[in-house]
Amino acid sequence: MDILRFATAGSVDDGKSTLIGRLLFDSKAIFEDQLEAVERTSRDRGTEYTDLSLLTDGLRAEREQGITIDVAYRYFATPRRKFIIADTPGHIQYTRNMVTGASTADLAIILIDARKGVLEQSRRHAFLATLLRVPHLVLAVNKMDLVDYSEERFEEIREEFTAFASKLNATDLTFVPISALHGDNVVARSENMPWYGGSSLLHHLENVHIASDRNLVDVRFPVQYVIRPHSATSQELHDYRGYAGQVAGGVLKAGDEVMHLPSGLTTTIKAIDTFEGRVEEAFSPMSVTLRLDDDIDISRGDMICRPNNQPKAAQEIEAMICWMADGLKLQPRTKLVIKHTTRTARALVRDLHYRLDVNTLHRDETATSLGLNEIGRVSLRTTQPLFVDEYARNRLTGGFILIDEATNGTVGAGMIIDSH
Amino acid sequence: MLQRDYTTSQLDVLEAEAIHIMREVAAEFERPCLLFSGGKDSIVMLRVAEKAFWPAPIPFPLMHVDTGHNFPEVIEFRDRRVAELGVRLVVASVQASIDTGRVVEQTGRRASRNRLQTTTLLDGIEDNRFDAVFGGGRRDEEKARAKERVFSFRDEFGQWDPKNQRPELWNLYNTRIRTGEHIRVFPLSNWTELDVWHYIRREGVEIPSIYYAHTRKVFERDGMLLADATVVQRGDDEPVFEAMVRYRTVGDMTCTGAVESTATTVDQIIDEIAATRITERGATRADDRASEAAMEDRKKEGYF
Ligand SMILES: Nc1nc2c(ncn2[C@@H]2O[C@H](COP(=O)(O)OP(=O)(O)O)[C@@H](O)[C@H]2O)c(=O)[nH]1
Repeated sequence: MDILRFATAGSVDDGKSTLIGRLLFDSKAIFEDQLEAVERTSRDRGTEYTDLSLLTDGLRAEREQGITIDVAYRYFATPRRKFIIADTPGHIQYTRNMVTGASTADLAIILIDARKGVLEQSRRHAFLATLLRVPHLVLAVNKMDLVDYSEERFEEIREEFTAFASKLNATDLTFVPISALHGDNVVARSENMPWYGGSSLLHHLENVHIASDRNLVDVRFPVQYVIRPHSATSQELHDYRGYAGQVAGGVLKAGDEVMHLPSGLTTTIKAIDTFEGRVEEAFSPMSVTLRLDDDIDISRGDMICRPNNQPKAAQEIEAMICWMADGLKLQPRTKLVIKHTTRTARALVRDLHYRLDVNTLHRDETATSLGLNEIGRVSLRTTQPLFVDEYARNRLTGGFILIDEATNGTVGAGMIIDSH
Repeated sequence: MLQRDYTTSQLDVLEAEAIHIMREVAAEFERPCLLFSGGKDSIVMLRVAEKAFWPAPIPFPLMHVDTGHNFPEVIEFRDRRVAELGVRLVVASVQASIDTGRVVEQTGRRASRNRLQTTTLLDGIEDNRFDAVFGGGRRDEEKARAKERVFSFRDEFGQWDPKNQRPELWNLYNTRIRTGEHIRVFPLSNWTELDVWHYIRREGVEIPSIYYAHTRKVFERDGMLLADATVVQRGDDEPVFEAMVRYRTVGDMTCTGAVESTATTVDQIIDEIAATRITERGATRADDRASEAAMEDRKKEGYF
């Protein structure tokens, strides 16, 4: 059994909470006491049916206002897979939440109300999912019961969305007509839509192939922590020096020639250690400890790669940035802390090339700053070299966060386009 | 030739993520500690910590918030595990908080030290100047937890502000704080109760005996089975009887209920849980039943 992480996006009332409630309910991830609490609340509010959407509305303020306003994580499992849902709100003022949820997602479900069709917000959700390089997109055309389960309507929406998505370089796009409320095509194929030849939504989630979405080509091992037992009693442990970290790309093998950055020195992997013993190879997302043949001065924030396949050591970075701060704005000369893999440095905003309208994808080159939830293309200069790849090539070595030194808040997320 | 597809099992992915989180804390904080109650989640956390730094010892102490109303089996287990690993244990005692007047003990039959623990916990963090505190909380436990970050910021009063949380992207964690503030870190955020049990089975780690079905003198209150013990005040209208029970969580004896069970092995426990339809908190924690927002309120004050 493996894990699929997916994000859900939809505008208010498209049926996102109902869909999640149904997935949890039908996969038996909902417990009786949770269901009773929801039934009680539904009754108190005078709702006739059990409002499954209440299952996923977490915090009190949200319950009171009846809306989802932060990323919430939910869990369910089928015999085939464990699922982690990043349930993200759909309003434009919560763009940062959707960006957050999409950052770790293998797949994104975008909900569309069959009656309303492709709206501005549907395009925005699809754009954000592709900006964050979520490898698989599912367009769930919901409320099919309200359009008489019409094949024609579904096809119309599919065509319109496909035309738009071709501009986004979305990789894998799947359309499923559903009724979250009645369960059509959610877990099982619906008899109400015999014309639909694809799989149910859950079947798709269980079977979509994600193993090759990771980068298994470019060896990237950001050194996270140096393990030195300093044992006085055991000679072997006394000299032990291991570099611990989580593999961010490629496949490392004992005996491989590797290069250390920033020094540029090469050596070979003596052993790949885990608590269980040595392993022959390591790949993402394994957390392992490397021992190397030569004594090189290596510390946290350094990178291990292959001599013939290195990330760029860059201090000039071009990136798309999603700004997440309430008060502070991003503008030329803003100084920030940047955290990229295990390395932290300072960054200076050199230039804002344009601000992107996330609804129309229009580039505003006259923009002078980015405010909360705005996205733009930015040039940064960092105080130290970072070892980077393009985000499109590797999400783990191409993504970074920005921190405001005054408040210590996380104020931005960046995706590297280019660097030197 | 068959192409390898490099799949990783769900437990391996969860473990690798938890190890990454622990190493991040060890690398970026000066004085971390791990909250260890002797319960299954903290046992799993401790196991992950053992793996994350091996062959070096765990580079931070453990802290137990001792209500004085613990199950003796759990305290015995705690001390044995600490000795095996050679780690330092800090005990923050609710009794001491009561004795020094930091908190006032509730009275009456339903008196519980559960809420008092928050003060003791925060005092323990402050006295030891801990800047990062590992907790075993999981997002599947409770609604308010579902939105909590892996690195959850606490102000100088130990409070959690659910409306003002730091966005958390990829595997990049913001660890910056000012003096007096701290971060609660939840390495098991993405684990479910079943994942925890599958991991316990896979690792073959020991757990306190009260997790297995055993015969115990209990009485019924609010549909829960509470242990008959000196620290638990029982009324005459609450008759004691013997039952075959086990615990799904281990907490304060006064508010942690047992469930009837015949499961005497981890396999049987897993079968039972897979078939149960009530969350572990709903089944056995009087503290969470108080109101729908009970957990959220306690968490804001600084609770685990
Ligand atoms: N007829 C019909 N109504 C639906 C369907 N899915 C959701 N709804 C209703 O649409 C409304 C909004 O759903 P909700 O899940 O709260 O939307 P959210 O705001 O996207 O989370 C509720 O009244 C649901 O009962 C569907 O497939 N068919």
